[in-house]
Amino acid sequence: MELLYARDIYGKTLLELGRKDSNIVVLDADLSGSTRTSMFAKEFPERFFNFGVAEQNMMAASAGFASCGKVVFVSTFAMFATARPLDQIRNTICYNNFNVKIVATHAGITVGEDGSSHQALEDIALLRSIPNIKIIVPADALETKYAVLSAYETSGPFYIRLGRAKVPTLKNKKKFILGKGYILEEGRDLVIIACGIMVYQALEANKILKSKGISATIVNIHTIKPIDEELIISLAKRYKRIIVCEEHQTTGGLYSSVCEILSKKCPVWVESVGVNDRFGQSGSPEELLNAYELASPYIAKKVEDFIRSSKN
Amino acid sequence: MKEKIKNLRQKANEIRRLIIEMLARARSGHPGGSLSSTEIITCLFFDVLRHNPRDPNWPQRDRFHLSKGHACPALYAALALCGYFDKDKLWNLRKFGALLQGHSDSRIPGIDVGSGSLGQGLSVALGMGLAGKLDRQYYRVYCLMGDGELQEGNIWEAAMAAAHFKVDNLCGIVDYNHFQIDGRVEEVIDLEPLVDKWTAFGWYVVQCDGHNIEELLECFNKAQTVKGKPTVIIAQTIKGKGISFMENVVDFHGRAPSEEEKKIALEELDKRLLEDIN
Repeated sequence: MELLYARDIYGKTLLELGRKDSNIVVLDADLSGSTRTSMFAKEFPERFFNFGVAEQNMMAASAGFASCGKVVFVSTFAMFATARPLDQIRNTICYNNFNVKIVATHAGITVGEDGSSHQALEDIALLRSIPNIKIIVPADALETKYAVLSAYETSGPFYIRLGRAKVPTLKNKKKFILGKGYILEEGRDLVIIACGIMVYQALEANKILKSKGISATIVNIHTIKPIDEELIISLAKRYKRIIVCEEHQTTGGLYSSVCEILSKKCPVWVESVGVNDRFGQSGSPEELLNAYELASPYIAKKVEDFIRSSKN
Repeated sequence: MKEKIKNLRQKANEIRRLIIEMLARARSGHPGGSLSSTEIITCLFFDVLRHNPRDPNWPQRDRFHLSKGHACPALYAALALCGYFDKDKLWNLRKFGALLQGHSDSRIPGIDVGSGSLGQGLSVALGMGLAGKLDRQYYRVYCLMGDGELQEGNIWEAAMAAAHFKVDNLCGIVDYNHFQIDGRVEEVIDLEPLVDKWTAFGWYVVQCDGHNIEELLECFNKAQTVKGKPTVIIAQTIKGKGISFMENVVDFHGRAPSEEEKKIALEELDKRLLEDIN
């Protein structure tokens, strides 16, 4: 299986866009090597601005650029792209509906060894309640490309959430359409809705389940906002049991988004696989996925428990 | 020149009248910081800025960004007098469904970026300045800051970056009226030595009496000639300037005048206008 850095693809895509559109400017906060905006910076130094370790200034300045007609890509780690400059994002970027694309890398627990301070597990929750912004969590590197292109083609603020580690390239992906989720695998017993790297974990869990005579329908919801309500409701009607998987706190992210829709339109039992009100810690991505019960065996176990308890 | 100064003084008087009238009608808002920034805004909109009220989005226009968004009554008055929108709109300030929101808002013609949450404006202006340089445009960017908001760290991030990027098309103005909501700035969190701070951050610093039109124009002229670094004008002002019972009264940071107070205030302004004309 092909393993790729989503951020490599982001860097390449941004460079290609930069060659086509001289109106694009790129801002980074001293992490351009890691976020891969350095690729753009190398070819277009005059359109690249390193703001140093000053994310609030960078976000508010992006609004200034956008007010002058620029398409602005802003990158840093997810932790520093969301929590610290949240006011700047809300009041200065989103309220004015500016054309600013925040593409953050190093989201989630799989940041690994850097530990809790660098593992953004609340970023979706922080941004999801803000009007105007659209949020995408690509499932792999290739989906990252289409997410970035979609953000470029769609006016207004975006948040694209990428990880640090290499991610497996998924098979059977459908064409990326902003706001539209899709089924990757059809199953009988229940639905697993996932985003980001958890789509792969869900697919792996399905392999374990199949050996036990259980099969799940696996759904990729790459766009958290605006979310694909229609698909989620139709899945709830059909399967009655849903598990939502995300590399994020179980409050305020994809699980919350799904529950908000279903509690109103089609109440069914929805379980979650995510980080449960805890901070991260140092370790390898694999160790942490296991320690926080996000890895595929834990998803499989959750499915089995769910099926057992929902039969009673 | 003398005639120009006289005209601008009259404009400032007119803006003050509109501030008092609109805040009294709105029954809320911020007179103190609007009145302290009146001459600064007057000089900008009626002399310094190259702008076209008939074409608010003219690409080559100079940019003005109000970082201290609560002083919007002064800005709204100037925009109305310039003809960006109908003067009648001023009387709906802060009302439900009105164009003129409680803090500066980008839906209003003549306002590029809204504000209200303090400390972000200099960054916005920096982005505008960098975009202008990138596009090889000759427009200049002016950013009016309050003194209280200089307590925000974001301002100093922007100050450091603006000097680093040598954004000499950027001119900041500090409306240094020495009061913030909780009292004297010096007592809340002192900004001094303020000139040294801006200088140390790599800015060209000029100071003036922020109610003296001639001095302000001189500073704006000077700022245009400075190359390789941004300029900040530290304008010493009086909170509530022009209305005797509002001057240096912290209560009028965020309290609107009553009907009675409005009458007295407008009489004072009438008197001053007559003195000016004679």
